[in-house]
Amino acid sequence: MQRPSTTTRFLALMAALVLGLAACGGGTDSDAAGETETTAAVTEETTAETTADTTGDTSGEATTECETPDTVRLQLQWFAQAQFAGYYAARDLGFYEERCLEVEILEGGVDIVPQQVLASGGAEFGIAWVPKALVSRQSGADIVNIAQVFERSGTLEVSWADSGIESPEDWAGKTVGNWGFGNEYELLAAIELFDVPDVELIGQDFTMTALLNRDIDAAEAMTYNEYAQLLEAVDPETGELYQPEDFNVIDFNEVGTAMLQDSIWVNAEWIGDEANVDISQRFLEASFQGWAHCRDNPDECVSLVLDAGPTLGQSHQEWMLNEISVLIWPASDGIGVMNQELWDQSVEIATTHIPDLQGVEISDEAFRTDIAEAAVAQLESEGIDVTGEGFEKVEVELTEGGE
Amino acid sequence: MLRVVSFIGILLLLVAIWEGYKLLGAALGGQWPGTEIEMKPRPDNQNMPHVWDMVAALFQPARRGGDSLISALLVASAYTLRSAVLGFVIGGLLGFGLGVAFVRSEMAERAFLPYVVASQTIPIIALAPIVVVWGGRLGLPSWMGVALISTYLTFFPVAINTLRGLRSPEWTATEMFRSYAARPTETLWKLQVPAALPYIFTALKVSATASIVGAIVGELPSGFGEGLGRALLQFNQAFTSDPSKLYAAVLVASVAGIFFVALVTLAEWLVIPAGRRVEN
Repeated sequence: MQRPSTTTRFLALMAALVLGLAACGGGTDSDAAGETETTAAVTEETTAETTADTTGDTSGEATTECETPDTVRLQLQWFAQAQFAGYYAARDLGFYEERCLEVEILEGGVDIVPQQVLASGGAEFGIAWVPKALVSRQSGADIVNIAQVFERSGTLEVSWADSGIESPEDWAGKTVGNWGFGNEYELLAAIELFDVPDVELIGQDFTMTALLNRDIDAAEAMTYNEYAQLLEAVDPETGELYQPEDFNVIDFNEVGTAMLQDSIWVNAEWIGDEANVDISQRFLEASFQGWAHCRDNPDECVSLVLDAGPTLGQSHQEWMLNEISVLIWPASDGIGVMNQELWDQSVEIATTHIPDLQGVEISDEAFRTDIAEAAVAQLESEGIDVTGEGFEKVEVELTEGGE
Repeated sequence: MLRVVSFIGILLLLVAIWEGYKLLGAALGGQWPGTEIEMKPRPDNQNMPHVWDMVAALFQPARRGGDSLISALLVASAYTLRSAVLGFVIGGLLGFGLGVAFVRSEMAERAFLPYVVASQTIPIIALAPIVVVWGGRLGLPSWMGVALISTYLTFFPVAINTLRGLRSPEWTATEMFRSYAARPTETLWKLQVPAALPYIFTALKVSATASIVGAIVGELPSGFGEGLGRALLQFNQAFTSDPSKLYAAVLVASVAGIFFVALVTLAEWLVIPAGRRVEN
């Protein structure tokens, strides 16, 4: 009798497991609801498109009345962080809703390339850096820049103050870290521009540990993220946090090889439809409003971002939003409106120094300013400050570990 | 009792080795004596934080005024475990089914076993993004894609061990079933499956940890989840300013694995009678 009972017990246990799992699935309702919403959003999209067609004709009055909001998705480059605060603010403070949009924010990840997601129709809007997007365009992703949100580059090359590295020429004979994946173009361009000999380029992970360990002489860092991490680390010799004086910083804006970064891109075919131009304009209006709000109310925006990421550190996000605002404001032609000169400079550097783009003719069809201009005009008529001329950076105190 | 003592003893030994290496490093100035060779990993707090700092990090808030790190990580573990357990159950059933199919039909074994083996030679790190990203495109929730990775890692050991276990009864026992004119189904459930259970549970224990590793790796490319994969990535990024948090997260991830194996072991105790249990 022993053996059959073993089998019975085994079967009973399997049954219990399956039942338990089913119960588990039901138990995590809040999560499950979020997930079904995602799938619902995908299926709803087809209906949203058809309704957009009908509302498209009456877009003039559509701003005040809203029967069914248009559902769109925004693909970020990375997880939730203050780099994307404006979009979270627009979503959570109802700016999108006010303009008859329902926006789902898709967080990025290690292997997620927003340009590819756009090209394959996985999202309507995507955030990307201009040089990376140009490379994607060259390899067949037909995407268009509709808003240049960041006017300045946030990339630095950081070294120790005692290293004597003060300008790109000083990289000669040194080991210089970079991230690859298209984040290295400004550095490569600077090396070529200054004709620096014997630079040993080293692939760097997304931390600053190699620089702190003095394994490399210089490390790539974003003003709003990795540079802050250096200042959140403890100097073992003093027991205090590292100070800005401990480091030398080379800013690619000053070197002259800066290229445009975070911008909003769409699929060219998608934007060919007039109804989608209307959706895009409303999306830009609400997003820009979100950024203007974050410029004027940084604390509120930081807490919205923190809600979106359970393990993010507060002082780090405060620092990040402050530095991001510096990259956006003041916005010379109004936030998001591409400045032709800056575009030309980026294209010039990209086609001279990026191997995949050398000698390539970049068509001006890669960007359009009309939608952003209309959005900016609309916001101005609502009394929203779209240039941020009076913006001034605040002083953010970092804490150990960015907590 | 002896088990508990030896467990704690080994734990303390590991802590002592870690801290001893750090002390040695401090005494030698981070260089092996008489050479120019640097000690690697570097014994400083930036690269190897103190064990007590890691534990302390668990009980401090993950951010100012927020929940403690451990509660954030436990929520993340629950999220990851959900995918892992789902994948584990599907993989376990699939593996068991394959094992039975192979033992019943030699042709099926010869036709499919090579592919089952070949499937495991694909590095999971290469496969995970494809499965998760395509799953997302098909409209599957991301944790289902992650569960698929766990399934993938689970079914193989179970299939191979089930096959082995089903063939394990002695020839005489099989002869006896045959002499009683037992139907193949009866032989399967009354002789072969009970004999195979110790093998299957061994495979399940291997799979339990593998399914969690698979779920974490599966979460890395998707980034939608709120599981351990994302937490590990975020703390990895913040390693420069706060290394102890990453180690703390790794500790919690491994505890999640141990917890799962413990559950499987408990199930084994309930199912297999004491005399036939394989102690391991």
